Amino acid sequence: MDTIQDMGRYGHQLLGINPTGAMDKYAMQVTNMLVGNKPGEALIELHFPASVFMFTQPALIALGGADFSASINGEPVPNLHCIIVRKNDLLQFHKPVSGARAYLTVKGGIAIKPWLNSYSTHLKAKAGGFNGRNLHKDDELLINQPFFSSASLDDFKVLSWQADTKYLTAAQPGINGNDEILMLPGNEWERLTNESKENFTMTSFVITQQSDRMGYRLNNIPLHSMINDEVVSSAVSFGTIQLLPDGGLIVLMADHQTTGGYPRVAHVITAHHTKLAQMKAGDKIHFRMTDLATAEQLLIKQQQHLLQLQNACTFRLEQYFNEHHH
Amino acid sequence: MNYTGFSYNIFSLGDAAITVDFGNYIDIDINKEVIARFNQLQQTPLPGMIEAVPAYSSLTVYYDVAAIRKLNPGLTAFETMQQLLEERLKQPILQKDGEERIIKIPVCYDTEFASDIQQLAAVKNISVEEVISFHTAKSYNVYMLGFLPGFAYMGEVDEKIATPRKSQPVNVAAGSVGIAGKQTGIYPLASPGGWQIIGRTPLKLFNAASLAPTLLRVGDLVQFYPINKSEFEKIKITESIG
Repeated sequence: MDTIQDMGRYGHQLLGINPTGAMDKYAMQVTNMLVGNKPGEALIELHFPASVFMFTQPALIALGGADFSASINGEPVPNLHCIIVRKNDLLQFHKPVSGARAYLTVKGGIAIKPWLNSYSTHLKAKAGGFNGRNLHKDDELLINQPFFSSASLDDFKVLSWQADTKYLTAAQPGINGNDEILMLPGNEWERLTNESKENFTMTSFVITQQSDRMGYRLNNIPLHSMINDEVVSSAVSFGTIQLLPDGGLIVLMADHQTTGGYPRVAHVITAHHTKLAQMKAGDKIHFRMTDLATAEQLLIKQQQHLLQLQNACTFRLEQYFNEHHH
Repeated sequence: MNYTGFSYNIFSLGDAAITVDFGNYIDIDINKEVIARFNQLQQTPLPGMIEAVPAYSSLTVYYDVAAIRKLNPGLTAFETMQQLLEERLKQPILQKDGEERIIKIPVCYDTEFASDIQQLAAVKNISVEEVISFHTAKSYNVYMLGFLPGFAYMGEVDEKIATPRKSQPVNVAAGSVGIAGKQTGIYPLASPGGWQIIGRTPLKLFNAASLAPTLLRVGDLVQFYPINKSEFEKIKITESIG
């Protein structure tokens, strides 16, 4: 399932219109920055097996997020590099190597109309994105600004530099292993029995097949609540972990409903949404509790990192175009 | 202490949202307080506020963590938001009982559109006609929107037609009018759902192409009135043109 997404549609949740937007907003922003787009420019979010794209005009593109073993005209191309493609070049994705959502961006952005100030596809409302739906065979997407290249290229060209996202895996303090996800207690955390609280953080959960852009159902020993009262429906958020009546958990993701009535036992911290969004069915999650101050600091650090990356990308791209007289 | 005397509880909803909870019940006075506080925030947003979402008895504010931390570098964004919200809650509400919009909604209660009305009548030991007259006798408050774009949670229905939701969701057509507990609602879009379906409206509850994409808003007062099948078809045609 491939859809057009951006940072999401805010300001309409009071009408029951959920924000949607890219699952991995970090990867999305990095991918856009590479080609000199605004970080929140509309791009294509891909799930494996992904569409095949034929370019009908020259373009500057970049791939980010999951590694789906991309190729152009059969030759492997890397993620997180700028790539100049020519008319009739063919982009394909061969196998899911790592991650769950890949991003494809085009310099200048995709020429579509926003719905309620956002380009994100709202599948339920059949609005936003490309005709309110996922991409189909033979759809034609137009680019906002044509890409002019004075040099006539014999072949597509991968530009030399790569966006550095190693910080995500290496530099997060206190994170052990890739399956560790930090969370904050939800308002109903204290309803859990002590044994269930322990199971929550001491054992790992498996993401089940019932997982999509709306949320991930997790599998483990059922958790128990000491109070069985329902919660009067109220707002939920990306990352909210709800306790279901059967003792299972669901983590709400980008297409979650605006409100819910299941106990909110915890919330995944925003800085870890990127990691969570790249997990898929069968992957394990190890939850660990943190505090608000830490969660906020990690988020700010991530945003600072994005700013630095944006400056570096802009600099490299300008330098390249100056040298190559485009 | 809150100006209007409602006690509340404030908690974080993750690291980028904060909820003010006026109690875990469905109560029209609490809901009016929520809506008035929500309107106040819409008119004068808090710094760093992304959006506010009213619910039955709670109000949630989503915020930009970095922007708020700049206001008060010594505090977490949550602590700053909590202070800002508490200051707001001390302010009086100027217009609590503003004019409510009254929205009249035609419903065809024919069995063809009302898969659960006969069983509901049987369980409640009343006739189908009585179900219809109980449902159309009252005006309903729109407490909140959620679940689907334009889905309004309304209440409260007469105890005589209150009924638990289904244990398993089934596919429900757009426009279906349902009951769950003492709540009544209309499915704006075709969707799986567990409410007991007693009729269908030809009106469009959600129209993505419109500047006001939902027919209903929080604070509205809704009155249902019965129509027959041919009136249903006539209105449906007008709706699809409009």
